[in-house]
Amino acid sequence: MQFKTDKSPLGGMSNVASVMRQVLYALVPGIAVMTYFYGWGVLINIVFSIMIALSFEAASLWLRKRPLKVFLSDYSAIVTATLFALTLPPLVSWWIIVIGLFFAIVIAKQLYGGLGYNPFNPAMVGFAVLIVSFPLEMGQWMRPQFSDGHLPSLLESLTVVFNGVTDVFNTQQWDAMTMATPLDDVKTELRRGVYFSEVLQTRDYGFISGKAWEWVSSAFLLGGLWLLFKGIINWRIPTALLFVLATMAFVVGWIEPDVHQSPLFHLFSGATMLGAFFIATDPVSACTTPRGQLIYGASIGLIIYIIRTWGNYPDAIAFSVLIMNMSVPMIDYFTRPRVFGETSGRKQ
Amino acid sequence: MSDDIIEKSPKVNYQQLIMDGLWHNNPGLVQLLGLCPLLAVTGNVVNSIGLGLATLFTLVISNASISFSRHWVRKEIRIPFYVLVIASNVTVIDLLMSAWLPHLHLVLGIFIPLIVTNCSIIGRAEAYASRNAMLPAIVDGMMMGLGFMLVLIVLGAMRELIGHGTLFENAAVMFGDGAEFLTVQVIDDYKGFLLAVLPPGAFIGLGFLIALKNLLDGWLEKRKKSSVSVIPVAVENIS
Repeated sequence: MQFKTDKSPLGGMSNVASVMRQVLYALVPGIAVMTYFYGWGVLINIVFSIMIALSFEAASLWLRKRPLKVFLSDYSAIVTATLFALTLPPLVSWWIIVIGLFFAIVIAKQLYGGLGYNPFNPAMVGFAVLIVSFPLEMGQWMRPQFSDGHLPSLLESLTVVFNGVTDVFNTQQWDAMTMATPLDDVKTELRRGVYFSEVLQTRDYGFISGKAWEWVSSAFLLGGLWLLFKGIINWRIPTALLFVLATMAFVVGWIEPDVHQSPLFHLFSGATMLGAFFIATDPVSACTTPRGQLIYGASIGLIIYIIRTWGNYPDAIAFSVLIMNMSVPMIDYFTRPRVFGETSGRKQ
Repeated sequence: MSDDIIEKSPKVNYQQLIMDGLWHNNPGLVQLLGLCPLLAVTGNVVNSIGLGLATLFTLVISNASISFSRHWVRKEIRIPFYVLVIASNVTVIDLLMSAWLPHLHLVLGIFIPLIVTNCSIIGRAEAYASRNAMLPAIVDGMMMGLGFMLVLIVLGAMRELIGHGTLFENAAVMFGDGAEFLTVQVIDDYKGFLLAVLPPGAFIGLGFLIALKNLLDGWLEKRKKSSVSVIPVAVENIS
């Protein structure tokens, strides 16, 4: 059975490559800031993910008897791998990356027909598989640089990734080096009945949402704004997403003060900025009609807030994007713009 | 009445019945019927065998009784009649299982009564048992049931192996306390891959099984074509 699908809204292949390259450039500030705070683990994740993603892509293209050079040089697998790597905790084991990318590239992308035909965002499928299957490994984030402890060197990082933690650090050292993300931590504390303002007082969370996270988020925001400026992405999805997320946080915080995170905390923690500008705007799996894009972005923001506040997972970008990916055909159907010359009221 | 047409059915080709049930018209892989239990229960091999056997018995008994009574049931009321027959069979099997295999019955829970709604059973009743003699109907039910059970077991083994790294976990639930030796820890010190045990794992696994079957069929077709085309003629002569 084959579903009839529309062509990708992007033009020819050279166009795809240049768009993907611009996206990679826009990710550079975010990657730089993350590497500054979290050390070599971030870069190892990215480089290793790109290598694995390209191998999977090449293998499936070869099995599908498609031209290798055309599809490998369009940078789409590299963008997928980079976005996927940025969602992983630094120093995660190599086999976790391989499993995640197998689901991202082979199952979510190539089995559905390759670039332009995948209904789901490949990077988010890979991440969702991992967070569902290996919650323990995926929850171990490094402590950012300036809170006591040192960052592991390149050699130590490589050993941790490819040989396992026990080869380099004992359990005590490792526990001292890892911590829950602020988003996770605050949620646990709120569940225990601690007020949000108290959590902020007892923790050293910088201006808004953790010293590392607020800078990482700002760097992704900067890259996203550059993409907007260059016209690579559309303003509708990120704006609607961020607006609804902030509004929800504001309204719920106004009804029940001090037992929920503040709007700013929501915007600058977790993967909000990365998700709003780089993930939700994926041209293949997002809505294509103008009104549809507003609905799509707003719904993602709403679902992020719902899962973060009342769900079990600390962050929800992946699940929200995947849920809305499923609704894209319906939203696009009901928000088709009126064709010039057509009178009001849709033909049956 | 239509009975005349039914009675004129040619000699039964048992070989074809067997091949249809197990492969060409497999309820799980080709007809895609009864997917709800197929996807929900196949978390491990033992559950798969349990539900597979229950479905197999239901299919055989319901096919037999529907074929037996096919001359006395008016066409207009046949569907409610099938449902009644299947429901009473399933109730009997449900009660028997709760008496003899209480632990397995507890594990499978609602999916035993839900066999009533398994479309492959009412499908066989309508498509085969209601218009064929009793013996072929029984063979058909048995083969369809075996085909379904085979898919259940393969999918269950896949998901248990990938999800937990074991095979035949909880064998005692099904075969009694003496069967604990059946449990195999295939991969030592396995951390587990939760997705395979969760519902998405069932969907993805079934998808891969269907793809594998289509791949095999494609290969067989190719081999048939490349060899001399005597076989189709021979088949025509037999039938």
